Amino acid sequence: MIQFHNITKRYPGGHEALSNVTLSLQAGEMAFLTGHSGAGKSTLLKIISLIEKPTRGQAILNKINLNTLASSRIPYIRRNIGIIFQDHQLLFDRPVFDNVALPLIIQGYAHHEIAKRTRAALDKVGLLNKEKSMPITLSGGEQQRVGIARAVVHKPMLLLADEPTGNLDPVLSREIMQIFVGFHQVGVSVLVASHDLNLIEELQKPVVTLNRGKIIHNDLERSENSYE
Amino acid sequence: MSDNKHQHRPNFLHQISAWLLHHFQSLIFSLGKVYRSPSSTLMTVAVIGITLTLPGGFYLLLKNIQSISGDLRASTQITLYLKMDLSTAQAQQFNNQLKDREDIAETVFISNTQALEDFKQNSGFGKSLDHLESNPLPHAVIVLPTPETDTLTIKTLLSKLQALPQVDIAKLDTEWLERLFTIIEIAKRTVIIISLLFSFAVLLIIGNTIRLDIQNRYQEIIVTKLIGATNSFIRRPFLYSGVWYGLFGGLLSWLIVELSLIALSGPISTLNMLYQSQYHLITFGFTDFLIIICFSTLLGLAGSWLAVARHLNEIEPK
Repeated sequence: MIQFHNITKRYPGGHEALSNVTLSLQAGEMAFLTGHSGAGKSTLLKIISLIEKPTRGQAILNKINLNTLASSRIPYIRRNIGIIFQDHQLLFDRPVFDNVALPLIIQGYAHHEIAKRTRAALDKVGLLNKEKSMPITLSGGEQQRVGIARAVVHKPMLLLADEPTGNLDPVLSREIMQIFVGFHQVGVSVLVASHDLNLIEELQKPVVTLNRGKIIHNDLERSENSYE
Repeated sequence: MSDNKHQHRPNFLHQISAWLLHHFQSLIFSLGKVYRSPSSTLMTVAVIGITLTLPGGFYLLLKNIQSISGDLRASTQITLYLKMDLSTAQAQQFNNQLKDREDIAETVFISNTQALEDFKQNSGFGKSLDHLESNPLPHAVIVLPTPETDTLTIKTLLSKLQALPQVDIAKLDTEWLERLFTIIEIAKRTVIIISLLFSFAVLLIIGNTIRLDIQNRYQEIIVTKLIGATNSFIRRPFLYSGVWYGLFGGLLSWLIVELSLIALSGPISTLNMLYQSQYHLITFGFTDFLIIICFSTLLGLAGSWLAVARHLNEIEPK
């Protein structure tokens, strides 16, 4: 699903966010990305979601080389990814239903299909009764679940989450992580950046640890024998 | 996995209808935005409407002046004073010859007797003129050139007529006509310049409004880009907003001009009565209405396109 070969990302000004990162996530695999803030977790996710381009090295997503991708193709590649943000990035001028339906509208689904899939996604995160609410009236945990529903509504092959539990209490965090595990169980590849080490340990999934842009621990390299 | 995926993807026909649907949705959505923020929209539309009123009003003014000057041109006439030694019969024969010419629409023959009678009645000298031994006035012919004749042709006609042996003096006051036409030409060009300037102003107003709109929806644009929206998808609602601004602005300017005409129509008809003229005020016809609406809508689209092209592509997720 994801293959990084010797990826280096240097920002203008000389700061090297990633140095020589080699990483591979198989289709249907779930893994956690940990490390201190500034270790390069976000940069790694940004390269996968085509927000940043690597300075050196090769990034491949689902057999597509991200280095040489024309910018006009970027939207279509992003449609295979569901992205979950720490601050949800919901649109507060429209109700929950419209927020979740957005990826389907963008991809040109038929009207009845949009309604069906949006309700299914809201059902999965347990917010079916909130479809008409405005996001501002929801709690932090509920808002994050709306964000997840929006990320999965179009059934992406890959889910990326950047500190999805960063603002939530432990109980809510566990709930959110269980939702990700649920998607992993139905065959979606999941990569979650988080520094909630206790929770990660509890979930028993491969972990990749970054420190100052370098991988210092990588379960994925031996995941074939120890986790499958 | 990817095969399974494709079954869920919408098919081509669906995508076409969804594309049309999104156009329609953008149209309605942008109209809804107009409806939801009436005061700011009204301000923008008012500015556009008033700005467009000036070129529209000038255009109408010009049309009216041209129609008046057209009447004047049609009423251009050459007066021929014939040589004194011509008899009435000879003069009348000459008049008939003139009537047959192609470059002359109409002639009016005034015999010297008739001219004297008119003079007696109008001059106030009355009976004192009875003492004249002979009629001092020449026969005269008033020549009306064909209606479409321009100034140059009239001048040629004048010199041709002057050259005829029967004619003593051929008279046409061309100078004031030329001055008038030159003034009209200046007015015409001024109207074109003003229209261009004001259209440009409208372009900038709409462009700036859309730019602010883009800035206000910065976050939304970022999010939709991140979940796979193409640039054209994001562009669409903004372009339609521009179209609405242009359309409503055009309608408003049309309304303002029409209302101004109603306000002016009273004094104009009084003036008509005082001058006993046949002049009718020219108002916007249906074609003019369509031109104004289409033009302002196009300006709206162009203005928003400028803003969108400049600012939308700059917004990329960071």
